Amino acid sequence: MDTFLTDKNRAVRRSVRAFCERELGPIAKEIDQEASFPWEVVEKMGKLGYFGIQVPKTLGGAGMDSVSYIIVIEEISRVCAGLGLCVTVHNSVGVYPLLAFGSEEQKKKWVPPLARGEKIGAFCFTEPNAGSDTAGIEATAIRNGNHYLVNANKVFVTNGGVADVCLIFARTDPNAGRKGISVIVAERGTPGFVVGDLEDLCGVRSNPVSSIRLYDSQLPLENLLGKEGMGLRIGLTALDAGRIGIAAQAVGIAQAALEEGVRYAKQRRQFGAPIAKHQAVTMMIADMATQVEAARLLTFRSAVLRDQGKPFTKESAMAKLYASEASSKVTDMAVQIHGGYGYSKAYPVERYYRDARVTRIYEGTSEVHHLVIARGVLEE
Amino acid sequence: MNIIVCLKQVPDTDSQIKVAPDGNSIVTDDVKWVMNPYDEFGVEEALQIKEKMGGEVTVIGLGPKRVTESIRTALAMGADKGILINDPALENSDALATGRALAAAIKGLDYDLIFTGQRGVDDDMGLVGATLAEFLDIPQLSIIVKAEISEDGKSVKVNRAVEGQTLVIESSLPAVITTQKGLNEPRYASLPGIMKAKKKPLEEKTLADLGLDPSQVGEGARKLKIMELTPPPQRETGKIIEGETPEEKAAELVRLLHEEAKLI
Repeated sequence: MDTFLTDKNRAVRRSVRAFCERELGPIAKEIDQEASFPWEVVEKMGKLGYFGIQVPKTLGGAGMDSVSYIIVIEEISRVCAGLGLCVTVHNSVGVYPLLAFGSEEQKKKWVPPLARGEKIGAFCFTEPNAGSDTAGIEATAIRNGNHYLVNANKVFVTNGGVADVCLIFARTDPNAGRKGISVIVAERGTPGFVVGDLEDLCGVRSNPVSSIRLYDSQLPLENLLGKEGMGLRIGLTALDAGRIGIAAQAVGIAQAALEEGVRYAKQRRQFGAPIAKHQAVTMMIADMATQVEAARLLTFRSAVLRDQGKPFTKESAMAKLYASEASSKVTDMAVQIHGGYGYSKAYPVERYYRDARVTRIYEGTSEVHHLVIARGVLEE
Repeated sequence: MNIIVCLKQVPDTDSQIKVAPDGNSIVTDDVKWVMNPYDEFGVEEALQIKEKMGGEVTVIGLGPKRVTESIRTALAMGADKGILINDPALENSDALATGRALAAAIKGLDYDLIFTGQRGVDDDMGLVGATLAEFLDIPQLSIIVKAEISEDGKSVKVNRAVEGQTLVIESSLPAVITTQKGLNEPRYASLPGIMKAKKKPLEEKTLADLGLDPSQVGEGARKLKIMELTPPPQRETGKIIEGETPEEKAAELVRLLHEEAKLI
């Protein structure tokens, strides 16, 4: 993989890895166990540009390419998947839709503080009755004079507990089906804006995933992103880019599991030799390393296509599907190599195992990605 | 205030070091190279002084092309310019020749202060700061944990830790300061910093550019010869003391320390 990278990409990897190992590594276990959000580290990340990776310099970002972006996400996730999730969701489905569909005024208002990490973004799509069925959204935003009257019950909102700028998917026209959905920006603190309890999740526990509800919130008409009825298009465009980030997150988790598996296999002795000398273990190591690299290359390819302005929907779906499935398998093998210790919190692999599992579920389940890929292949 | 930071690239301390077949060098094929951590303190201190007093920070590295990577890192942290002294004749130079080449590169520059690490974490010689100061005929302040520039920018007050006490030294500028752990916490290169670093000037200089003769540097000019490198002895496996009760184990431990290890 390294052969395909530019000097700049490599500099990004060096710098982000050093930061994460020193600043995030020592607390990764604790923030997982206590499900706490590490504000101190997040503030430092904001100053280093991690919250505006692809935001243009004129709006306070780093103005980087998608390849640098996946490197940042992989490196953060290698140390702490919950924070990797925070950063990728913020950048890809929180900030990117504002850049792609926002007016100049909207960009100037919301993007700079988001790019500096002073405010955190969230993508509020999922509802109790709308997940894979994107058109099932029931939230409403009814135009009423100079504002929208918004009622919404959004669940499993990544960054929900700390988000300041939330993209709310709601029906502006209850009778228009898929074409009646729009995106309205809601800021924390708006009357009627309520953050629900944090989810007690299996993995990615340092991320404050929560529900967000709006009760009769009056949001100004200028908070509409794009045009009325564009909601699904905005959402799907954001998710096309977003899943490259989730793929990178899955690669990061798998990479960490591979490294721990190798380390343990070299030091654990059974039958008078390190278990890395036993063929059954070497088979697993080979599978892990191959899957990590294949996942990384698929992710890299979708990032390159995006940088080149070429279509990447099918390719990013392939990357997300493969990387998340591989991450589950690789972390599972890392636990297996560790034996009983792998199932104990004394070693980090059980955390990787829990963290990897959700990458097959969010930002499009593996099943939905099969459909996206099949559609792409059959239409060719 | 114009500041120069000398930078060395060293094997990452995580790298496995193997002695080469010649017996007096290391195998460099699999080594991951990083900026000498003591030099990182120098870069950080220079940047902090620049942020307070203005001026420019120039980073000078000496070695093969790969050293540009570390120079770029310093530029991404915020330094303004880089210089790489790269000449095949410099290979296997000792500290005297390194100091000579650095001094030749620095002589023509406008500078008030020079930072170097107090030593490289590879061969731990700790000589380049001294040789450099000598060749430039300016004061050397070594192993420094705190540096304060006077308001007029004409002098510097530094602290060195000595035996639990602090030695405070004042010196006129320009001077060479060699850095010690504790001086500061080096910053990480930010993403916008990495983008900016690409456009910053990085000059490459050969011995001829510096007006030096190849016979003054490299293997032939070494005053200091490495006779042999040996890896540290393999740690022997530990011994677990068996016993029913803590008392029994303690007695056995004392017996072993006395009879086998002959420590007590």
